[in-house]
Amino acid sequence: MTTDETATVTAEVTADFPAIDHPDADQLLPQLVAHLREHRSRLRQEWASRIQEAGLLHAMTPQEMAAETTSVYDNYVEVLETGSVEALQRYARDLSERIIPRGVETHEVVGIVLLLRDVLARSLFEKYQRDFGLLNRMLDAYEPAANRIANTVAVSFVDERERVIRQQQDSIRELSTPVLPVRERLLILPIIGVLDSERARQLTEQLLGGIRTHRAKVVVIDITGVPDVDEAVANHLVQTVDASRLMGASVIITGLSPEIAQTLVTIGVDLSKMDTIGDLQGGLEEAERLLGYAVRENGMGGP
Amino acid sequence: MTSGPKLVSILRQGTYLIASIHTALDDTQMVRFREDLIEQIGRHRSRGVIIDVAALDVLDSFGARTLRTIGEMARLRGAVTVVVGIQPDVAFAIVSLGMSTGTIATALDLEEGLEYLDSRLPRRAGSTSDGRVPR
Repeated sequence: MTTDETATVTAEVTADFPAIDHPDADQLLPQLVAHLREHRSRLRQEWASRIQEAGLLHAMTPQEMAAETTSVYDNYVEVLETGSVEALQRYARDLSERIIPRGVETHEVVGIVLLLRDVLARSLFEKYQRDFGLLNRMLDAYEPAANRIANTVAVSFVDERERVIRQQQDSIRELSTPVLPVRERLLILPIIGVLDSERARQLTEQLLGGIRTHRAKVVVIDITGVPDVDEAVANHLVQTVDASRLMGASVIITGLSPEIAQTLVTIGVDLSKMDTIGDLQGGLEEAERLLGYAVRENGMGGP
Repeated sequence: MTSGPKLVSILRQGTYLIASIHTALDDTQMVRFREDLIEQIGRHRSRGVIIDVAALDVLDSFGARTLRTIGEMARLRGAVTVVVGIQPDVAFAIVSLGMSTGTIATALDLEEGLEYLDSRLPRRAGSTSDGRVPR
């Protein structure tokens, strides 16, 4: 019965496509792969010289380039053969990891893959120029696979870049809002650099968490290092101060720059509840006073 | 509503009342809590009230307003109120949603709340010295 069905299907197919002397689409890619394997060194060299002509990949030495182009070429052919991009993805990610720190740009990576695609397509033109129909179907099989490869490489490269950027952002973020206990129940938060809304949100989280873990009674937020804040962040700051108060801690803000002071006044937040002091030194003295420590001048005149 | 574990507990400690909210209350339960508490202030002649909300990880606007009214009502009946144990997320939600808690005092935890009341009230009648040295 199965043989019967197969027979009918074949009959239908042959009815639809009368030109049966051409190889089936399934056989096109293996044929293509065989062709690319056969002319491997010539095509690879052509590709390498095209890369040099285009002035891409300055960052690499000729030896490195030869090694990398060989592996890219082999991976490329392998994808055409197996149809699975996983190995290529892994390779592209690995390659990106190596070349990104050396300053290779996205356009270069995409450029060399597109050059390879072009070189291979041209070799197909050359080979099948007598049989136009076959060339057409060969390109039909080749183009989607080639596009997928170009896509995969570009996406892997960009992914890797983004991963590096994310990693750096994370480490900056971790460094950026330290909560420092200086005395029992006294915390200092020195903030340096631009305070955007994401960082402000994180600051709040760290501060409120810090109040809880250190059982802080007074918190000094020093914003000497903050050049400017926008309205949203200023509001957020005020809310953070209010929230800290709800948790039983008083907040002293020190080092407000003239610009930030102006922003706070302009947006009209209620500043009466905000405790601000000119500099960190004054803030610490006030904090110690609030905690019940006596701050004494050293009357002996010496430092 | 009467079955199951208690939602709140109101304990008397000297001249203070310590009210702990164990779980999120709906509006009716909140109103009932308010009434119970205010009634007990009079019954026990309390001078200070501590409301412990450490178990709450959410507090809606009605809850925040009720806490405020409790504070004001208690003041009118002669007691100082302090809310303790507000969680970081709850604290930020209260201010960012603009749910003001008014003039009500807040403290980090029960211990801080007791210390606050001790400092606010002239003398804790029948005070049981627990060895803590006031700052």
